[in-house]
Amino acid sequence: MKSTILRLLGTFLLYGGLGLYGVITLIPFVWALSASVKPLSEIISGENHWIPHQFTLENYQQVFLQEPLFLRWLGNSIIIAVSVTLLNLLFNSMAGYALARLHFWGRNSLFFLILAVLAVPLQVTLIPTFLILKTLGWLNSYQGMIVPAMVNATFIFMMRQFFVSFPKELEEAAALDGLNRFQTFWQIVLPLAKPALAAQAILVFMGSWNNFLLPLVILFDPDMFTLPLGLNTFKGQYISYWNLIMAASMIFTLPVLALYAFFNRYFIEGVRFTGSKG
Amino acid sequence: MQNKLPADFKETISSYSFVAPALLVIGTFIVLPIAYTLVLCVHKVQLLGEVQYEFVGIRNFARLIADDRVWIALRNTVEYVAIVVPSQTLLALVLAVTLNAGVRGQQIWRVLYFLPTVTSSAVLTLIFMWIYNSEGLLNHILSHLGLPTYNWLKNPAVALKSIMLMNIWSTAPLYMIIYLAALQDIPRELYEAAKIDGATAWEQFLYITVPLLRPVTFFVITMGIIGTFQLFDQTYIFSNGSGGPNNATLTLVLLIYQYVFRDLQLGYAAVIALLLALVIITVTLLQRSWFDHSR
Repeated sequence: MKSTILRLLGTFLLYGGLGLYGVITLIPFVWALSASVKPLSEIISGENHWIPHQFTLENYQQVFLQEPLFLRWLGNSIIIAVSVTLLNLLFNSMAGYALARLHFWGRNSLFFLILAVLAVPLQVTLIPTFLILKTLGWLNSYQGMIVPAMVNATFIFMMRQFFVSFPKELEEAAALDGLNRFQTFWQIVLPLAKPALAAQAILVFMGSWNNFLLPLVILFDPDMFTLPLGLNTFKGQYISYWNLIMAASMIFTLPVLALYAFFNRYFIEGVRFTGSKG
Repeated sequence: MQNKLPADFKETISSYSFVAPALLVIGTFIVLPIAYTLVLCVHKVQLLGEVQYEFVGIRNFARLIADDRVWIALRNTVEYVAIVVPSQTLLALVLAVTLNAGVRGQQIWRVLYFLPTVTSSAVLTLIFMWIYNSEGLLNHILSHLGLPTYNWLKNPAVALKSIMLMNIWSTAPLYMIIYLAALQDIPRELYEAAKIDGATAWEQFLYITVPLLRPVTFFVITMGIIGTFQLFDQTYIFSNGSGGPNNATLTLVLLIYQYVFRDLQLGYAAVIALLLALVIITVTLLQRSWFDHSR
């Protein structure tokens, strides 16, 4: 009897705690969403209620009217994040595959270089990268945002670990079929690496989509801004128009949340992948 | 080596074409910049028009010692790391262990908790500024509970704390996932054997879970240290790039940014970047030796 009560109490505490943390996780999002559908008068009235008395979508409309560049920023973010993601998938897999499966002079030194690069903080390379891009004439351009980010040592390492355990028979069979290195990689190896590629794609995309420091340094023309930069400018112009700022934040967040709702398995797999190297 | 077969040569060429893009990018944007940083450190750099370099020897380093803002930034950054890393690691561990305790709908909780991690730092910072403003939600809740309220954004005593709170909340779920994966690899039999020996749940946690998670904890703390030392986005957006109020949210990366883009002193900024790298490497190594010793 006593143990049943204790167990019930334990279950209650367990789910109560989980629920409480769930609420703590959700509150900021719900509060922001709520502000984004309230008129300004309701926001500055000082009353804090969750359900708007006067529901309105005008804030969302205003964001696009007041800030015609908003769509442009969205487009810039998509172009840069998609290019960075596709190039990373290709180049990191190629390098990871070569480091795992091909035998060539300097392979071990190259692998050591990749490991060493993992430990270099971004800030050390930031100022010279700025100067190099300036010399190339790539400041304030898409290629300035894409080229330095199109390879990532962490994911080269991850792909290498993935390919190391690949069965050798596959490549031998491919060689018997008369496929060369590139055909083998493209037709046999890559399709089998789909889970690792999906995890990598999501992490790279998120990193690029949310990046703030690099675009802040490289891009200075409002036409070229990505969404995080644009959002920051928007905040500077409409300070205390919290309804508009929250609506703009929601426009920026909802596409990612939609992606997350469908592909959350890969998000979490991706984190597990990077974590398992520890 | 000199009597290479043509087939071997072909193999080498094709291997190198596999690694060429990676090599080119890492060479140009990581290896070259490291060497470049060392050059910048001993130069005064003119950015206007053509970039010009004037050799100044150790003057940039000497200036570092006398620069109060460097030490304020360093102190803020270290304080931030010292509070955020243990807090987020502990929170991540507690969440992971709770979720691993045979909870129903583990998948759903996991997806829910992970939400802040996929949201951009710019958006999260704006949302929290909205919550933190003096008539905002947080003060509203605090005053309802009879607790003291603060001007979270403008009061130098709490400004950095409010960023800490936000980042613990947004980063812990990431490490929770890593802990959760590791927990699922611990063999069930260990716990069953301990139960037979009469170990309580707390003892099982202390003597089985914690020691077996050691390598993961090391990884989580290392990643945490590297990440928190680089704090920038949140303080930049919070303070409009100033590091205010009264330098309370000035971090090393923000200071580097200011010296580069506000004062155009690239050589001096490179010295601070080098300082930051040295601090990160030192702390990471200290942490590793501490981990090795307390085994």
